[in-house]
Amino acid sequence: MQTTQQNKSAQDKSLTDKGPSDTFDYAPSIEATDIVKISPRNKLFINGKWIEPSSGKYFATVNPATEENLAEIAEANAKDVDKAVQAARKAYTGVWSKLSGKERGKYLFRIARIIQERARELAVLETLDNGKPIRESRDIDIPLVAAHFFYYAGWADKLQYATLGKKPKPLGVVGQIIPWNFPLLMAAWKIAPALACGNTVVLKPAETTSLSCLLLAEILQEAGLPDGVVNIVTGAGETGSALVAHSDVNKIAFTGSTDVGRIILKAVADTDKKLTLELGGKSAHIIYEDAAIDQAVEGVINGIFFNQGHVCCAGSRLLLEESIAENFVDKLKNRMEKLRVGNPLDKNTDVGAINSKTELQKIRRLVESGKSEGGEYFEPLSLALPNKGYYQKPCFFNKVSSAFSLSRVEVFGPVLAISTFRTVSEAIMKANDTPYGLAAGVWSEKGSKIHKTAQGLKAGVIWANTYNKFDPTSPFGGYNESGWGREGGRHGLLPYLEV
Amino acid sequence: MKVAKTIKLFIGGEFPRTESGRSAPIYIHKTKTVYANICLASRKDLRNAVTAAQGAQPGWQSKSAYNRSQILYRMAEMTEAKREEFVEILTLTLGLSKVKAEKSVSDAVDSFVYYSGFADKYQQLMGAVNPVNGPHHNFTSTEAVGLVGLICSSKFELSEVVAQIAAIILSGNSVVTLLGAEGSAILAPLAEVFATSDLPKGVVNLLTGSTEELYKQFGTHMEIQSLSCQLKDKNKIAELRNMAALNMKRIVAPVKEPLSLEHLISFVEYKTVWHPIGQ
Repeated sequence: MQTTQQNKSAQDKSLTDKGPSDTFDYAPSIEATDIVKISPRNKLFINGKWIEPSSGKYFATVNPATEENLAEIAEANAKDVDKAVQAARKAYTGVWSKLSGKERGKYLFRIARIIQERARELAVLETLDNGKPIRESRDIDIPLVAAHFFYYAGWADKLQYATLGKKPKPLGVVGQIIPWNFPLLMAAWKIAPALACGNTVVLKPAETTSLSCLLLAEILQEAGLPDGVVNIVTGAGETGSALVAHSDVNKIAFTGSTDVGRIILKAVADTDKKLTLELGGKSAHIIYEDAAIDQAVEGVINGIFFNQGHVCCAGSRLLLEESIAENFVDKLKNRMEKLRVGNPLDKNTDVGAINSKTELQKIRRLVESGKSEGGEYFEPLSLALPNKGYYQKPCFFNKVSSAFSLSRVEVFGPVLAISTFRTVSEAIMKANDTPYGLAAGVWSEKGSKIHKTAQGLKAGVIWANTYNKFDPTSPFGGYNESGWGREGGRHGLLPYLEV
Repeated sequence: MKVAKTIKLFIGGEFPRTESGRSAPIYIHKTKTVYANICLASRKDLRNAVTAAQGAQPGWQSKSAYNRSQILYRMAEMTEAKREEFVEILTLTLGLSKVKAEKSVSDAVDSFVYYSGFADKYQQLMGAVNPVNGPHHNFTSTEAVGLVGLICSSKFELSEVVAQIAAIILSGNSVVTLLGAEGSAILAPLAEVFATSDLPKGVVNLLTGSTEELYKQFGTHMEIQSLSCQLKDKNKIAELRNMAALNMKRIVAPVKEPLSLEHLISFVEYKTVWHPIGQ
């Protein structure tokens, strides 16, 4: 309860300084965790069975909000990965590729239903293992997970329409490697279209967030999905490398950093493996003077502080039209003072815990380098962080130039870089001044200006007068160094089909 | 006395000689008689071509699809008008029979016509209005990837090269093409087709030279967003993929069957735009 007291004293102070506070403090409203049973030791999920890792090695997964160990996770080595790929191959040739689209779809529909039924359990587990606010795992991540399975379930028996009359074929065994920022959602983005198209899967979750994927494995069992259609191998980079290198994998789908994406591309360069990559970003968020300013402030907050800023498409570069910059920055400061950072299980929490100590250190290092490069640093004064757990204050740097590392390097945390522009073409030019091209935001009440800007932006997703919206029907993916291919929508089927 | 041709490069709408001053003879098929001299483009020529292509791309992309379609159709007309010259080069330098050469030119004309007709249609096939769960208008549209490098096969087939170039540029990309050694002499009439079709200068650039010498420059160039490689050599393709990691350029290899939707969408990106619906 340290946090509440500190917040309270900060508020008492503001009470004496500026008169009564215009808002009440929220009483804590903590989500109960007894709905989740975490097994202390978690094995690998191969061929529908729970299997000991051949090395006998396990590693700990930590609750980043408390720094307490949650459970032990099996570390899969090349031998285990080979078992998983073999199981996936057997399931592909023996069962899954022979099943009609209609039947495949029915499995996916059934999985979607069970996810909905166990949504609360999944949300709590996700928040415990990842550190994201329960409000987000409950209202965004898990509903989208179910929606993804529902959406792609319906495609399974209609694939010839997705390819405009051509008769598509599945690819075979797909290796999928996913990040820790949206653990179960990324698993759904990967597994649902792959299975709908008739492929089988070996999935490697990120090492800090395996638990929700392992619970998904239980759900797959409950749904009666044939053995080996989905296999889950837990572990870190070495496990991923073994999967990428396996000679019987037909396709690799990866979501993560551009640096790792480059390594994977090189690793499959001399093979026939297909590859889709969902990589990093440094997305621009453009605010014109004719925007609905208060809405835009909310949009910017959501753009950079959603999920602690651990979002590949986070609106991490704010570009303000010069005439409104000062006013906008003041409003942003006021709004940030009201952000509630702390216990992710508290239903009032806006910004939760940073997923791991490593990430927290990386963010802090980048903030420090930002301070040394110049720019006006701001963090909310009224905000006190819990004294245990990995937390980072939401912050921004104003008046950064495009040469600053904060304008170029993906921080993957709640750190915003602000600069200004004068004309539409300057806004577009600055927004495009990055090797990435994942997403961008633009705010104006003028339709033609929105379209002009959206057209000029080199990015795969443009949010106009909104930000960070996701939907299974909406293709997602980037230009240039943000990756190859799209996930979501009809376009998201194509990387899993041979046409 | 017959005036012999000197075949120059085609960069930024101009016909420069290679800055390296190097040339090589092209012979009349199975003889020692020189048909013409071609330029051996250097790395610097490639960089110049990339600069030209980069400069031309945004303007080309901003033209209406209808306009691009008409310009591609114009290319078909100009190819038809130069039929005799194409046939002469194909028969003399490659040893094709008259019938085969005629067919090859006809196929090239047909490739331009085919893609001309696609320039304002694939958008509707590959774009979408997405039924998102919430009060948002959400649509996906196609867009050019940007600057595409094209490394042609050493085995020359005119209609394939034309289909490649047409499929790349119809969606608003610009292209830097390295013709295979065998078909180098074709650069002259082909460049004239592009130069006289109202195509903005720099959208298509044609180089002749050594694949061996230049393919790595294509692979490592940071301003090339996509690379279409007709080479069959697996080691070279693997090398190009490795180099692509520098800027995550899209490698299109093997190329899709020409004259198909799948072929042209190898060179497009998808952009999805969200906007709230409200008051």
